[in-house]
Amino acid sequence: MTREKIINTALLLGLLAVPAWAWAVDEPFTITLATRVAILALAGVGLNIALGLGGLVSLGHAAFFGIGGYAMGILASHAQSYTPLMETPFLIEGTKSMPVIWLTALFAAALAALVIGALSLRTSGVYFIMITLAFGQMLYFFSISWPAYGGEDGLSIYVRNGFPGLNTLDPIQFFAICFALLAGALWFNARLARAPFGLALNAARQSPARVETIGLSPFRLRLAAFVISGAITGLAGALFADLNRFVSPTMFSWQMSGEIMVFIILGGVGRLYGPVAGAALFITLEHLLGGLSEFWLIWLGLLLLLVVLFARGGVIGLLAGRQVAHD
Amino acid sequence: MTDPVLATHGLTKSFGAVRASEDVSLDLRPGEIHAVIGPNGAGKSTLIAQICGGLTPDAGRIEFLGRDVTAQPTRARARMGLARTFQISALAMEDTVLQNATLGALGARGGALGLLRPALSQRDLHDTAMTALERVGLADHAATITAELSHGQRRQLEVAVALTLRPRAFVMDEPMAGMGTEGSRRMTGFLDGLRDEAPILLVEHDMDAVFALADRLSVLVYGRIIATGTVEEIRANRDVRTAYLGDEA
Amino acid sequence: MTPLLFIEQVLNGLQFGVMLFLMAAGLTLVFGVMGLINLAHGSLYMVGAFAAAAVAGATGSFLLALAAALAAAAAAGALVELLVIRRLYDRDHLDQVLATFALILIFSEGTRWIFGSFPLFLDIPDWLSGTVTLPGGIEYSLYRLAIIGLGLAIAAGLFWLISRTRLGIRIRAGESDREMIAALGVDISRLYTIVFALGAALAGLAGAMVGAIQSVQVGMGEPVLILAFVVIVIGGIGSIKGALIGALLVGLTDTLGGLLLPEFFKLFMDTSAATSTGSALASMLIYILMAIVLVWRPRGLFGGAA
Repeated sequence: MTREKIINTALLLGLLAVPAWAWAVDEPFTITLATRVAILALAGVGLNIALGLGGLVSLGHAAFFGIGGYAMGILASHAQSYTPLMETPFLIEGTKSMPVIWLTALFAAALAALVIGALSLRTSGVYFIMITLAFGQMLYFFSISWPAYGGEDGLSIYVRNGFPGLNTLDPIQFFAICFALLAGALWFNARLARAPFGLALNAARQSPARVETIGLSPFRLRLAAFVISGAITGLAGALFADLNRFVSPTMFSWQMSGEIMVFIILGGVGRLYGPVAGAALFITLEHLLGGLSEFWLIWLGLLLLLVVLFARGGVIGLLAGRQVAHD
Repeated sequence: MTDPVLATHGLTKSFGAVRASEDVSLDLRPGEIHAVIGPNGAGKSTLIAQICGGLTPDAGRIEFLGRDVTAQPTRARARMGLARTFQISALAMEDTVLQNATLGALGARGGALGLLRPALSQRDLHDTAMTALERVGLADHAATITAELSHGQRRQLEVAVALTLRPRAFVMDEPMAGMGTEGSRRMTGFLDGLRDEAPILLVEHDMDAVFALADRLSVLVYGRIIATGTVEEIRANRDVRTAYLGDEA
Repeated sequence: MTPLLFIEQVLNGLQFGVMLFLMAAGLTLVFGVMGLINLAHGSLYMVGAFAAAAVAGATGSFLLALAAALAAAAAAGALVELLVIRRLYDRDHLDQVLATFALILIFSEGTRWIFGSFPLFLDIPDWLSGTVTLPGGIEYSLYRLAIIGLGLAIAAGLFWLISRTRLGIRIRAGESDREMIAALGVDISRLYTIVFALGAALAGLAGAMVGAIQSVQVGMGEPVLILAFVVIVIGGIGSIKGALIGALLVGLTDTLGGLLLPEFFKLFMDTSAATSTGSALASMLIYILMAIVLVWRPRGLFGGAA
């Protein structure tokens, strides 16, 4: 086992152990913190497919996070008010079922990523960054000015949505759901990176001309990666909204996009488990520094600056040393 | 005479006032190595880019396997079996040699790319890639990170990736560049046998290699082909001697 | 809707566009010359606004406040360039995005630390308040008119600077070839600091001018920054002319969209539905404009090759 694999295993075990301990000593708040870590890490794992594997610096992933959140908010609010979403041409009812909400979130975010990606991927480099940021902002303003689902105030859900066979109101059970989805996404990401698709996508990042000359389209590879990436971040959005039982335009905000990206760099760019380490560090800092100073974001900013300037490998890079090749 | 595999008809391309290609017509016949030589700035790279699909000509046509591919993108030509090697290596430098070769095998297999089964454990891809690496003599370096290869070895890998495509024609941009005498000699020997598999359009500066390999030569000067013929014909050509070969011939 | 209201909104759109130009000009220069994407440009806008509000509060002089905005933003820009930004020129865009995102956190929280969370207010001076009567009997805010005038004057000054002065020649040379300009013996790192400080000063000025219309608060810079990105995408990176045209297009589209779209939907909807649909769509209009430009010209209206 390489050092990175040991660290990855330790990370996952740690993420399991902390809430298990908190459950044993009845500290539900700590379980909620761990749940936040799992969900935000999932959002980062999603972005990491576009960013780490595809080299696509998307600064608009809050768009998909927010769409996932509103997928949950809209479906659940209709279910709790017993009003259908739509009656013509066919009836669509709200739902409080997590699996249905997840599928809706995945699908809606994938669709949005397809449209945004198809437009943004016509460009590259700094244009791509600015355009993804702008599309994220577009949805932010749309969610503010569209009054049907709460506008600026957002939407509240009274009771967390349900999952067959589990009591989602119990923090530890809801954590287990989020953790399982995160583990699934990590597994999927690891497989994807080694599969033909990942190999080709990774090559398209390093040498688009090569990929063209073996008969593949870098554009299509990137678009597919962007759609998968957006869908996973959308799923995380649905869980995040369920955790808070609240969804608002701030899920669409550019700060959200920036934070998801910060998880990746804090953990280590190009590391499969980077978002997990980054999200854990972020939430821990928020909790510890936030208690010490109202202005903890200054310290986060300084830390981030130091990592970018002097410790490019992030947490995992510091612990695991230089990156070794896959296989 | 058999039909050419690859042919250009009156290719013309300008950049502003500079004519990089002017009325370039040449063809590549089955079983031959057709070398394009010319001084620096003669428009060789521009010509290759048009043949392989990176640049669209202002005028003229490109035919491959009897089809007009002038408007086809690079990847469509590649899927038809046009394999290109790059002058400046365009390899995935962070990946291993085997991963790069597997990439070519993926392109050749066509169809949808898998999302879950690891590429390197798929028998057909692995075998195609390893066979190609063995043929160019890189099998021992399969697990090496590409960035750690010498320039000459990168050339070999370029050729290996082209082989995995099982192409109908090769377009090679200076495959000997950066190689020592020994490497150059071995590559010459390898290309010599390769022509029976698929014809090669060869752009090369190494004149010894060109004269040893080429069935025919075209001389490109200021974007125009001033002569095409066998090695003997080109050596004897007065225009070529004055315009280009000069002292070297 | 009356023609007078329409013309007033056109002027508002122009004023908005001119302010966006001041932001976008600095961004596009910094990107064109140094190849750097700077998310913290919005922070410099905020620094300008806070400096102006603080100085105006202490001295009561609006002109001193503007001078303070220029000086503070330029100084903050130069300092940030020296300490952080110059380490980023050779880095990839991801590093630039993250480091300048970190700068936003530091600037925003630092400002909140010093000035508190409550918005400050910057008053329009007496000699610029009130309205003027334009030809055709339109009453229009003198201050906004002054912004348009000043903005256009600065645009003209920038064109002159880029095309006629030694600094401009160096900037243009730096855009095309970094090694070349270094070979010519120009002190490249000083040139970069100057360009960055110049861009910062323009952003600070814009922040101060807008601060007198809206409120001065933490986080005011980023929405404007993102709009400036839209401007640059539309106009084409590195082009001052593109920034000007893009800024005016975005300013007018945004302002007139908010006015016209609800009116348009009223033609076939009831009033409240038309207002909400119209304003929701209007909020997206400039992004739709951006998407159209992208499909039509991926490098922007005046953008060159990558």
